[in-house]
Amino acid sequence: MNPVISVSRLSKTYASGYKALKEIDLDIRPGEIFALLGPNGAGKTTLISIICGLVRASEGTVTADGHDIVRDYRAARAKIGLVPQELTTDAFETVWATVTFSRGLFGKRANPAYVEKILRELSLWDKKDSKIMTLSGGMKRRVLIAKALSHEPQILFLDEPTAGVDVELRRDMWNVVRGLRDSGVTIILTTHYLEEAEEMADRIGVISKGELILVEEKTALMSRLGKKTLTVQMPSRLAEVPASLAPYALTLSADGTELVYSYDAGEDSRMTALLQDLAREGISFKDLRTEQSSLEDIFVSLVKDNR
Amino acid sequence: MNFHAIRAIYLFEMARAGRTLLQSVVSPVLSTSLYFVVFGAAIGSRMADIDGVSYGAFIVPGLIMLTLLTQSISNASFAIYFPRFTGTIYEVLSAPVSYAEIVIGYVGAAATKSIILGLITLATASLFVPLQINHPLWMLSFLVLTSITFSLFGFIIGIWADGFEKLQLVPLLIVTPLTFLGGSFYSIDMLPPVWRTITLFNPVVYLISGFRWSFYGVSDVSVGISLTMTLVFLVACLVAVSWIFRTGYRLKS
Ligand SMILES: Nc1ncnc2c1ncn2[C@@H]1O[C@H](COP(=O)(O)OP(=O)(O)OP(=O)(O)O)[C@@H](O)[C@H]1O
Ligand SMILES: [Mg+2]
Repeated sequence: MNPVISVSRLSKTYASGYKALKEIDLDIRPGEIFALLGPNGAGKTTLISIICGLVRASEGTVTADGHDIVRDYRAARAKIGLVPQELTTDAFETVWATVTFSRGLFGKRANPAYVEKILRELSLWDKKDSKIMTLSGGMKRRVLIAKALSHEPQILFLDEPTAGVDVELRRDMWNVVRGLRDSGVTIILTTHYLEEAEEMADRIGVISKGELILVEEKTALMSRLGKKTLTVQMPSRLAEVPASLAPYALTLSADGTELVYSYDAGEDSRMTALLQDLAREGISFKDLRTEQSSLEDIFVSLVKDNR
Repeated sequence: MNFHAIRAIYLFEMARAGRTLLQSVVSPVLSTSLYFVVFGAAIGSRMADIDGVSYGAFIVPGLIMLTLLTQSISNASFAIYFPRFTGTIYEVLSAPVSYAEIVIGYVGAAATKSIILGLITLATASLFVPLQINHPLWMLSFLVLTSITFSLFGFIIGIWADGFEKLQLVPLLIVTPLTFLGGSFYSIDMLPPVWRTITLFNPVVYLISGFRWSFYGVSDVSVGISLTMTLVFLVACLVAVSWIFRTGYRLKS
């Protein structure tokens, strides 16, 4: 399948001389939810801004739905909706007016029924005649989403859509995003909530210091890098790990009542053998627990390696 | 052409003016009335006619020009500076619109407002002095051309400015003095020869002179020159705007 967004050898050096992006290559597949992760200042917003036409690339090219974003900017931009990171809204406009404005700006004929549909989906309908400045932060964020969706884009960029949004609303927003994906919209989002990427994304890209250090299916990433641990709780203290168990590289907790076995989620574990060996050594256990590292742990270790 | 976009920007800007309708209309009406009380009635009654036109009537074209220039510049510069300041400009920059369409939307709206205010000033003036308009079509042409040209100029200022002070600097330090010294309140023939020559470097002289000619058929410089100078300034502004968009000056990093 042709990529819906194709970024090739994209670099950005700001006027200050700062290299914010270094030769980024990235293909976004149609219909996926792609999560872009990275610490503050990694270059996420810069990348999105270039694709959307807010920042000029220093080198490299980008196509959106096959259209070059510079040479064929009209066709490219008509396909794209952007929800910026900052809450930049008009103050005195009403919600209805600002969303209608966006639709016109993107060259679409007025369609009140469609605008009503988006406002209802985003629970903004009862606020449609309110001035934006009278809305809460979370509502303003949804107004920005409504504006971005007003022209029925095929590709939606969400730059930290859930920053400063409460838990309940965040779940609502995830549902909206999933609904969009189900209707065929490709979604690229950035977030600092790893839980969000874990929950939503099909694929994950990690950017650090302007370099794309990883792009992978979320599930593959989690099983490839995910560490699992098995913790064995014993009814009584164990003085030391018996020598026969050395191949398992077990660690004994300080109080001597827990044995911890680490293994990669992807590989075949030797758990059955381990449990049999424990029994053979006369070690009984009162409880077992396994844990899998989250995306957050993976992310932290990745970015740390890139330091 | 993305006509929907031009229309969206234009209507957005006109709606913004609509919200501040009272102050948009009241201030030119008030200041025009004040000028007439002071210059027309109090001082004007002791002034001789200029080129056969009573002093009160003589200053009308200059006053309208003053309104057009200040309103065009402040409307257009604010219209583009404010979204830059708040960040809402991101939407316009990410939309499938050409630079020409952006300019037509913003400058068109600012010029429309100036034209309306110019006509309101004219109507206010007609309450104080008997007016005569010898060349109404020329009068309207100058009105429209000046509004468009100076709205473009204001647009450029709104992009150049990186603070609210700068936004006010040019109108305050350049445009108002040039208008006052450009023959709003006197004929440049009344100046000593040296000053007359210096004054001819003031572009506003040509605007006011041509505009006044369309009213009373008298002018400081010939109408052809007035028109040419206005067009030259218009083209200069167009060149500047196209350079701004080509380079992304102050709009895109
Ligand atoms: N206009 C600019 N001029 C100079 N440097 C800039 C400009 N905009 C961004 N930068 C720099 O580029 C780098 C990347 O910024 P960017 O906003 O893309 O990061 P980010 O990944 O979005 O971070 P965050 O998670 O904080 O939003 C930062 O070091 C930032 O200081
Ligand atoms: Mg960012």
